[in-house]
Amino acid sequence: MPVGMPGKLIVVEGLDGSGKSTQAHLLRRWLEIGGYRVYFTEWNSSPLVKNVTKRGKKDQLLTPTTFSIIHATDFADRFERQILPMLHAGYIVLADRYIFTAFARDAVRGVDREWVRNLYRFAIKPDLTFFFNVPLEVALGRILDGRPKLKYYEAGMDMGFDDDIYQSFRIFQGHVYDEYIKMADEFGFTVLDASFTPEEEQKQVRAIVQKKIDLPRFKYEWNAP
Amino acid sequence: MSKQFYGKGIPHLDAERLKGKLIVIEGSDGSGRTTQINMLRDWLEEQGNATVEIGIKRSQLVATELDIARQSTTLSPMTMTLYYACDFADQLEHVIIPSLRANFIVLADRYIYTLIARAIARRLNRNWISQLYGIALVPDAVFYLSVEPTTLAERTFRKNDTLSYWESGMDVHRQVDMYRSFIDYQRKLEHIFMDLQQEYGFVIVDGNRSPETVYEELVSRIRPIIE
Repeated sequence: MPVGMPGKLIVVEGLDGSGKSTQAHLLRRWLEIGGYRVYFTEWNSSPLVKNVTKRGKKDQLLTPTTFSIIHATDFADRFERQILPMLHAGYIVLADRYIFTAFARDAVRGVDREWVRNLYRFAIKPDLTFFFNVPLEVALGRILDGRPKLKYYEAGMDMGFDDDIYQSFRIFQGHVYDEYIKMADEFGFTVLDASFTPEEEQKQVRAIVQKKIDLPRFKYEWNAP
Repeated sequence: MSKQFYGKGIPHLDAERLKGKLIVIEGSDGSGRTTQINMLRDWLEEQGNATVEIGIKRSQLVATELDIARQSTTLSPMTMTLYYACDFADQLEHVIIPSLRANFIVLADRYIYTLIARAIARRLNRNWISQLYGIALVPDAVFYLSVEPTTLAERTFRKNDTLSYWESGMDVHRQVDMYRSFIDYQRKLEHIFMDLQQEYGFVIVDGNRSPETVYEELVSRIRPIIE
């Protein structure tokens, strides 16, 4: 984090079905209700970009390279207009997925690792990156047990791993998981072995946030001294 | 002669099997680019060469949304740069590469150099942008039509009655007088192009001359490449 930037950046990462979004939501609610300055941002949500991504996925127009660049475009827009200004303004920014999602998925799609890292070179290093380390089979089970309608790219069908979309999803997620594990040390992930109940897990999350971040500093002060 | 990428290239793609030719015409609006492309295309097709054209903001993937995003006052230089990169990559993979594989001549009405120059003019990191465009194929020839900014302005007025917001660099160094903005911005781009010429080695063509004279020069330079 650049010197003099008063905000804090907390990131949650993990596989689909790892429970990270639930944990992020509960963390966000806790901070909001506690009266802290918090801003929440999600992967793939820029109003200027997300329609391209949506249509590109629906019409299966995306290649590994354009998939990578369009996600970076979405991220850049949110980063420059929201994440960075909020950090300057002294907010706790909570991001559901960050550059590590791109690093993992793009690497699995065969995009050059160095090239992707350069693409996101403008991004700020988070103060805290939670990685929800659910065993692959558990995460897969949470997603696949209801036999949902899986989407082409989320199942990695563009990679031709398998003609069966469920099988493809398993293989793709397995590779993504391996990429996360490889990054854990390098980027100093706080790894949570998420085989607990959501409540227990949230307790751990909050305890870590409380320890790492001087929360009182982020309280709204209506009557500034 | 086999093709190469500037950098890491495109995953799962072998550039060596690309047999066609990639010819790029660069230059600002009003430099005569489009006129030249049309003349070159007639000449090539008359000789029986299959040609295909690409250009900025013509991709199936992002052209429409990029147009909408450009109307937004909140589109930052970096987001815009990445957006254009996506537009380029889509055409690279869906038009340029398949066409080259099929032995076509690809005429590019601008290529990565304009996009790089615009990014540099907006103070983005040079190294970042050139690595980003490591996905691009090295063309067989690149011609930059260099035209005096005052002439560009005159030609633009003759065609459109008004200067374009973007070609006047109004988002980067807006001045009260739009004409001044246009001239300053175009001079800046010209400098950047001269710099890029060192790095990418393209041919600078004097575009202040008549279309016929420019065309003759281009034809004489392109003929040996396609024969």
